[in-house]
Amino acid sequence: MNVLMRIRRFDPDKDNKPYWDEFRVEMDPIDRLLDALNTVKWTMDGTLTYRRSCAHGVCGSDAMRINGRNRLACKVLIRDIGNKVTIEPMLGYPVLRDLVVDMDAFFDKYKSIKPYLITTDSEPGTERLQSPEERARYDEGTKCILCGACTGSCPSVWGNPDWVGPATIVNAHRFIFDSRDQGGADRLAILGQRNGVWRCRTIFNCADACPRGIPVTELIEQVKRAIVYGGDTKVE
Amino acid sequence: MYYKFDVVIVGAGGAGLMAAMQLEGASVAVLTKVYPTRSHTGAAQGGVAAALGNQEEDHWKWHMYDTVKGGDYLVDQPAAEVLTREAIDAIYELEHRGLPFNRTADGRIDQRRFGGHTRNFGEGPVRRSCYAADRTGHMLLQTMYQSSIKNQVRFFNEYLVLDLLLNNGQACGVVAMEIRTGEIHTFHAKAVMFATGGYGRAWRITSNAFACMGDGMAIAYRRGIPLEDMEMYQFHPTGIYKVGVLLSEAARGEGGKLLNNEGEYFMERYMPTLKDLAPRDIVSRCILQEVHAGRGIDGKDYVYLDLRHLGAKVIEEKLPDITDFARNYLGVEPITEPVPIQPTAHYAMGGIPTDIDARVVIDPQWTPLPGFYAAGEVACVSVHGANRLGTNSLVDLIVFGRRAGKHMAKFIKESSHAPLPPEPESYSRELVSTMFASTGGESAARIRSALQNEMDEKVFVERDEKGLQEALDTLDRLQDTYTRVQLQDKGKKFNTELVEAIELGFLLECSEATIHGALARQESRGAHYRTDYPHRDDANWLKHTLAYKGAKAHDVRLDFKDVQMVDDPVFVPKERKY
Repeated sequence: MNVLMRIRRFDPDKDNKPYWDEFRVEMDPIDRLLDALNTVKWTMDGTLTYRRSCAHGVCGSDAMRINGRNRLACKVLIRDIGNKVTIEPMLGYPVLRDLVVDMDAFFDKYKSIKPYLITTDSEPGTERLQSPEERARYDEGTKCILCGACTGSCPSVWGNPDWVGPATIVNAHRFIFDSRDQGGADRLAILGQRNGVWRCRTIFNCADACPRGIPVTELIEQVKRAIVYGGDTKVE
Repeated sequence: MYYKFDVVIVGAGGAGLMAAMQLEGASVAVLTKVYPTRSHTGAAQGGVAAALGNQEEDHWKWHMYDTVKGGDYLVDQPAAEVLTREAIDAIYELEHRGLPFNRTADGRIDQRRFGGHTRNFGEGPVRRSCYAADRTGHMLLQTMYQSSIKNQVRFFNEYLVLDLLLNNGQACGVVAMEIRTGEIHTFHAKAVMFATGGYGRAWRITSNAFACMGDGMAIAYRRGIPLEDMEMYQFHPTGIYKVGVLLSEAARGEGGKLLNNEGEYFMERYMPTLKDLAPRDIVSRCILQEVHAGRGIDGKDYVYLDLRHLGAKVIEEKLPDITDFARNYLGVEPITEPVPIQPTAHYAMGGIPTDIDARVVIDPQWTPLPGFYAAGEVACVSVHGANRLGTNSLVDLIVFGRRAGKHMAKFIKESSHAPLPPEPESYSRELVSTMFASTGGESAARIRSALQNEMDEKVFVERDEKGLQEALDTLDRLQDTYTRVQLQDKGKKFNTELVEAIELGFLLECSEATIHGALARQESRGAHYRTDYPHRDDANWLKHTLAYKGAKAHDVRLDFKDVQMVDDPVFVPKERKY
């Protein structure tokens, strides 16, 4: 299949502003879009710059804006996009070069909600007990690969770069609703502040963007309810 | 820039982060060429083995037996004892750090079956693999990264390490390129640990990430440190056809079976006791035999993985990710259709030789190189011998990552910074400037592609002298061509073409050691199957190979190291049947 790739380019050493570049590649319908980017880089233009690693949707390196939506280039197949595709860096992040964006602020926001198990009890000699139901309570959030696709798709983030954004809240949820964790009140207090959950306008772009199928908006709503109504976050 | 730390850890996967956790109070830098959560540990799926006995009776000694036998007796047995004993505590440590394991009805860590793991010294399969759906590695990596945030570990993200600094036979730091700026930096340290993973990208059909280019192995090799048992490379039986993406052995642990074009579940014929749960080297070979006999699907080089009889609930709940992979990359629905699979390059049993404290040892006499440590896939301790059992890689990371960290904690208290060698950055700067200056016209991508084709064809599940010699000739030629690689991208900032070209150099070094080891080892053992020497030869080859890089191009010296045994008749080498 012949594919026209329209790619947003920017090299800070050469370009005053971003521009559009075009490449034509011959691909198989079951190839990944990442394969098409590699074909360009390896056979046409070695300067094309993007991140990639696992190439099958579990490392989160190659999130980018593909035909207007944030996707992982390794999960999109050529047959799904047809003969023409537009590729840009994700919005909401500073562009370092071509499709590579600066993720440092994203990880700093993630760190702000204490994304680690907080316990005050002493550790037992074996495992802590947790029922399958308690384990299921926070399962969705554990799928997050921190690719940043949700946060980069969110108009509230575009409008206010200081907002923690959906990925951070998903990861807070993962601990707040974990029966073993005792730091929930701290995290709810952080997320109850001005740049916490309330800037979410339930637009659902995040849930659409998530390559792991996490119902992001729903998890954010659960955190909002926990802040307002309190109650036990550990059971359904 | 010049940085000074007590410890520099290269690689932020499971082993590197586990080591960093042991170094509270010390100044530690973790250098990683990707963001930590992108590390390839995150791609591990099926589980992490430990004889917890949560589901049925189990003992570390049974686990040790399976590990030694699974490795076709090339395993260093004292290391396997450490691995299997300490696995139990290590799993509890992970749980305490928050790893969300699946649970049994009574709230304990759930366990499932996996290839080669048996009860009572081979009687039948045992439930030993602790797991979190089919994303155990992802959970492990996330948990370790979360712990390192809690412990305020200092990361240098997107730094490509180019060189190991040695002075007077002691490690004293590394030189790295900051990918974002192209700047070269020196990291001066009392102890250096490599936790850089494997080199699966030497093959085209591979489960490995683009990051798995053999960086740590190649850098050590260039500095005169040997690589051990590099001919022992694992091909996982169930990679997605043509793509190589892994479909976890957990699929067979849950009851999945391999099917040929006659509708036969053929593993029952080859391995009557363990059937589809035989170790990976054996299953991969059986797939090839089916293909040779014309029983591949449509007469081609693949067979089916059949999950249909498991039912939608088990498939969706316990194998969600691999189900998604089959749907996404093949358009196949595993609930109603069998999934096309073929063996895929997966894991290096070999690597930088270490002892059970993860200290790098540089000769057959186990002489340590002070201040240099390695753990995880980059290292060869050797707990996997000639073939690794599924779920033993994550155990390896956490057990020997932890031991590396604990030993370094002691080591840095007892020692001071060795002085840097004169002009520590000269080698690295030369490497980069030569790349930029080259007008040789060759493309790194073309060389890499040629290497991968040759490795897929001649350094695969089955090898012979003729094919290996041809592969070596090709490699020699590609190494010469590599000196003429020319870059299109002359920029400093985020020059990924430069990164890829440097990494290709690493890949060529690892391939060189692999082919030399495979040519030398005139026997068949574990993953190394020589059609011209089809039997194991304990009289001559119950020993490790050590490949040393020679002074001249293409020059490799091989040495040998005895396999370490424990004094227990149960572990004496015998024929390997399942």
